[in-house]
Amino acid sequence: MPPIDITRFHQTFFDESFEGLDVMESGLLRLDPDAPDDETINAIFRAAHSIKGGAGTFGFATVAEFTHLLETLLDQMRSGNRPVTCKDVDVLLRSVDVLRSLLTAARDGSEADTATAQMVSEELGALLAAPAATVEAPAPAQADAPVAAAPRGWRIEFIPKPELFASGNDPLRIIRELTLLGRAEVICDTDALPMLTEAMPEACYLSWRIDLHADCGRDAIADVFAWVEDECDLSIEPLDGDVAEPTVDAAAVTGTASDGGEQAPGADVDTPSTPPAQDPPAAASGKPELTVIKGGRPAVAASRPATSAERSGEGGSIRVSTEKIDALINLVGELVITQAMLQQTAQHLDPVTHEELFNGLNQLNRNTRVLQEAVMSTRMLPVEFVFSRFPRVVRDLASKLGKQVQLQTVGEKTELDKSVIERIADPLTHLVRNSLDHGIESPERRTAAGKPATGTIRLSASHQGGHIVIEVSDDGAGLDRERILSKARERGIATSDGMADEDVWQLIFEPGFSTAEQITDVSGRGVGMDVVKRNIEALSGSIEISSESGRGSRILIRLPLTLAILDGMSVRIGGEIFIVPLNNVIESLQPQAEQLKSLVNQAQVIRLRAEYVPLVRLQELFGVHDAVRDPQQGIVVVLESGGRKIAALVDELVGQQQVVIKSLESNYRRVPCVSGATILGNGQVALIIDAAEIVRQGARANAA
Amino acid sequence: MMETIEEQLEVRNGIPADEAAGPAGEFLTFRLGSEEYGVDILKVQEIRGYDTVTRIPGAPEFIKGVINLRGTIVPIVDLRLKFDLPEVVYNDFTVMIVLNVLNRVVGIVVDGVSDVIQLEAGQIRPAPEFSAAVNARNIIGLGTVDSRMLILLDIEKLVSDPNLQLVEIH
Repeated sequence: MPPIDITRFHQTFFDESFEGLDVMESGLLRLDPDAPDDETINAIFRAAHSIKGGAGTFGFATVAEFTHLLETLLDQMRSGNRPVTCKDVDVLLRSVDVLRSLLTAARDGSEADTATAQMVSEELGALLAAPAATVEAPAPAQADAPVAAAPRGWRIEFIPKPELFASGNDPLRIIRELTLLGRAEVICDTDALPMLTEAMPEACYLSWRIDLHADCGRDAIADVFAWVEDECDLSIEPLDGDVAEPTVDAAAVTGTASDGGEQAPGADVDTPSTPPAQDPPAAASGKPELTVIKGGRPAVAASRPATSAERSGEGGSIRVSTEKIDALINLVGELVITQAMLQQTAQHLDPVTHEELFNGLNQLNRNTRVLQEAVMSTRMLPVEFVFSRFPRVVRDLASKLGKQVQLQTVGEKTELDKSVIERIADPLTHLVRNSLDHGIESPERRTAAGKPATGTIRLSASHQGGHIVIEVSDDGAGLDRERILSKARERGIATSDGMADEDVWQLIFEPGFSTAEQITDVSGRGVGMDVVKRNIEALSGSIEISSESGRGSRILIRLPLTLAILDGMSVRIGGEIFIVPLNNVIESLQPQAEQLKSLVNQAQVIRLRAEYVPLVRLQELFGVHDAVRDPQQGIVVVLESGGRKIAALVDELVGQQQVVIKSLESNYRRVPCVSGATILGNGQVALIIDAAEIVRQGARANAA
Repeated sequence: MMETIEEQLEVRNGIPADEAAGPAGEFLTFRLGSEEYGVDILKVQEIRGYDTVTRIPGAPEFIKGVINLRGTIVPIVDLRLKFDLPEVVYNDFTVMIVLNVLNRVVGIVVDGVSDVIQLEAGQIRPAPEFSAAVNARNIIGLGTVDSRMLILLDIEKLVSDPNLQLVEIH
C-alpha cells in the first residue's frame, strides 16, 4: 500500500472523538445506578471503544492508554460483573473531562494536563483493582460472563474476506488493538497470496492466527472485531481449547472453530505448558467455558441490533465541512440574484406576447426560493447541541452548592443556525448558572417556604415567526427588587423607588452589577449579565426578564434563526443604497418643523411624542455629498439598540427585502458603522448599516 | 486581444507553481499611464472590464470600493490613483485585474493589459532607488524585453502594505 499521510484524517478523528465524549457524558448522566440500562452502558462503552481505536490508529498513546482503563471499567459494568455505583459514574464523568482535555491537547499540540490525568487514571486503577465480586451471585446464571472463568488466553483465527479494505478497515489496526489487551503472538498466513501479476491491489489476501495471552473476556476480543464481523471469518477459542474440546458440542464447533484444537500443540509451545487440567479452577469451569463457546455467536449477534440501530441512526447524516455548505449557500445566493435580474429585465416585456417566458420565470422564482430555504436548512442544527451540556453543568453545580435541582428541557429539536448555536452556548450557560446560584434556594429554605426540596430549572426553545425563543426559568426565589435597587444606588446607577418592576430587572444588565450576597466561583463576579446581554445583541437578539418574588424568574431570549440572512430595509442616501436591519427600525417619519430642535452644540434632536431623539445625518457619517440635508425634505428612520434611540436621516425609503449577509472582512477589513454587505437584485453591492454602532456613536455625540 | 490573454491565463494557471519558481517566470503586463508593469501571472485570477463599484465610506481615494464577484465582495484599488498618475480616466479600455494574493481576492484598476511574457532570470535586474511613486520595496525588479522596460510588482508586498489600508493593521 502506498504511504498515506494519515494526519489528514486527524480532524475527523477529533470530531468523532469529541462527539463520542458527548455521547459518553450524556449516557453517564442518564445512567441510573439503581437500575442501569444495558443499552446506555453499551452506548457509553462503544463510544469509549471507538475513541480508543482511533487514538491507537493515529498514535495518540496517552489518549489510547487512558481510554483503555476507562473501557475496561465500562466493560466490567457492561458484562454485569460490576455494579454501577454513583462513585463510578463520578469517576467516569471526570475521566470524560480528562479525555476531552487530552484530546484537545493532542489536537492543538499543546501541553496536556498530565497531573489531572494521572490522578483520575489512578482512581480508575483503584476502582479496577477493587474486587468486583459483588454481583458474583447472579453471574453464573448468565451465560455471557466469561470473566468469571477467564482462560489463560485466546486463539483467534482471523480470515478477512478479500473486500475488507473496501469498507475502510485495517487489519493492522485491529491487531494493534488486540495487543492492548495483552501479549499477542501473531502469525500471518500468506498462502492465499497470488502471484504479483494476478494480485488485486485492493484485495486482502492475508489471514492471521493470533494467540492472545490476556486475561480478558471473549467479548472484549469480539468487540475489537466488531466493525469487521461481516467481512471476515472469525473464530475465538480459549488457548487451552485442547482440554475444552472433548466436551465441546460438535455442532457448536463445526465451521467456526475448525481445527484450531489440533493446531495448538504445534503452533505454540507455551500452550501445553499450561494444561488447564492441572488447573483446578479452569477444570471446574469447563462447563461454563463450553457455554461460552456455544453462546459466543449469539452473544455477538445479540449486540448486533444495537450497533445496527446506531448505524441506521447515523446513516441518515453525513459529515460535510461547513466550507462546502457555505459555498453552496453562496452559489444559491448568486442564483437568487440572477433570478432577480431576469425578473427585472422581463418587466419591460409585454406579458401577453411573452406569456411562456413569464410562466417560466415565475416557476424559476418559486424553485429558487425553495432551493434557498432547503440549502439554508442544512446549516440548521437542533438546539439540543447546546442544551445537552446543561445536565452536566447543573449536576456539578448543584452538588457543589448543596442544592437539589432538576433540569427540564423542552423543544430540543428546535433548529437554528450553527453559528448562532455556537455563540449562544456561553450566555446560556451563564444564565443557567445564575438561576442555580441565585435563583434556586437551599433545600431547607425551600421546604420552609412550602416548596418541594428539589428546585426545577427549565430550558425551553420554540419557534415564533422568524425567531427562535429560548427560555430559562426556575422556581426559585425570584429577583429581589429591594436588593437590586439598593445595589444600583450603591453603584451609582440612576434609580427611583417608583420604578416599574420591568425597569428594575433591566438594572441587572448594567455593567458591573452583581447582587450575589457573597461572591462565589460560580457566578456573581459582576461581569455577568451585561456581557450576556451584549452577546445576545451581537446576534441581533433581545433579552427579557420577568420575575415573581418567591415563585421564580423567567428569562426570554429572542434570536434570529440565522445570521446569514437579514430582514433589511433599503434606504437611499444621495445616489447610494444602504441596508438598515429591520429589527433595529422602530418607525420612519417625515419630521415637521416644530419637531426639530437645536441644542447649543449644534446637535439636533427630534421630538417624538414625549421623548427627544438625537438626529444623525447618515450622509455625514458615510461621506455622501449629494444627499438631502434638511430633515423636512427627507425621511428619518428611528433606530433602536440597547435601549437607546437615534433618528437617522436618509433621502428616501426604497423597499424592504431579505438580504444575504456577506462579509467585507474576508477580502477587505472592517468599516466603521458598517456590519457587512449584500448583493442587490441588480448585482450591485450595498453596505449594511451597523445600527448598534451608529446608535452608540449618536448617543455619545449627544451626551458630549 | 483580451481573449488571447484569457486563453493564456487558463493554460498557465493549470501548470504547477514550482515550474515558475524563482524570479523568472511569466508575467501579465499592463499599462499605467506611460509606464508598463508586470505581475506574476500565477497570482492573477481573472481580468474584467471596469464596472460600477460600491463606494466604501471612509476609505482612501485610491480604494474605489467593492464589487460583487460571483457572490464574493472584492475590494478594488485603482493603482493609477495609488501611484499618483496625473490623468485617470475610466473608459472602455480600463480594466480590472482580479488577483488572488495572501488568500484574499483583490482587484486592481489599470489602463489596459498588454500581453503575457516569459522572463528569464537574466532579464530581471534589481530595481534602483528611483523617485517613482512606487515604493521600491514593492518591486521585484525591472524586466527588459527588447527595448521595453517592465516594472515587476511584488503584489504580495503591495497588498499587505499598510499604506494601502487593504488589510486591518494591528
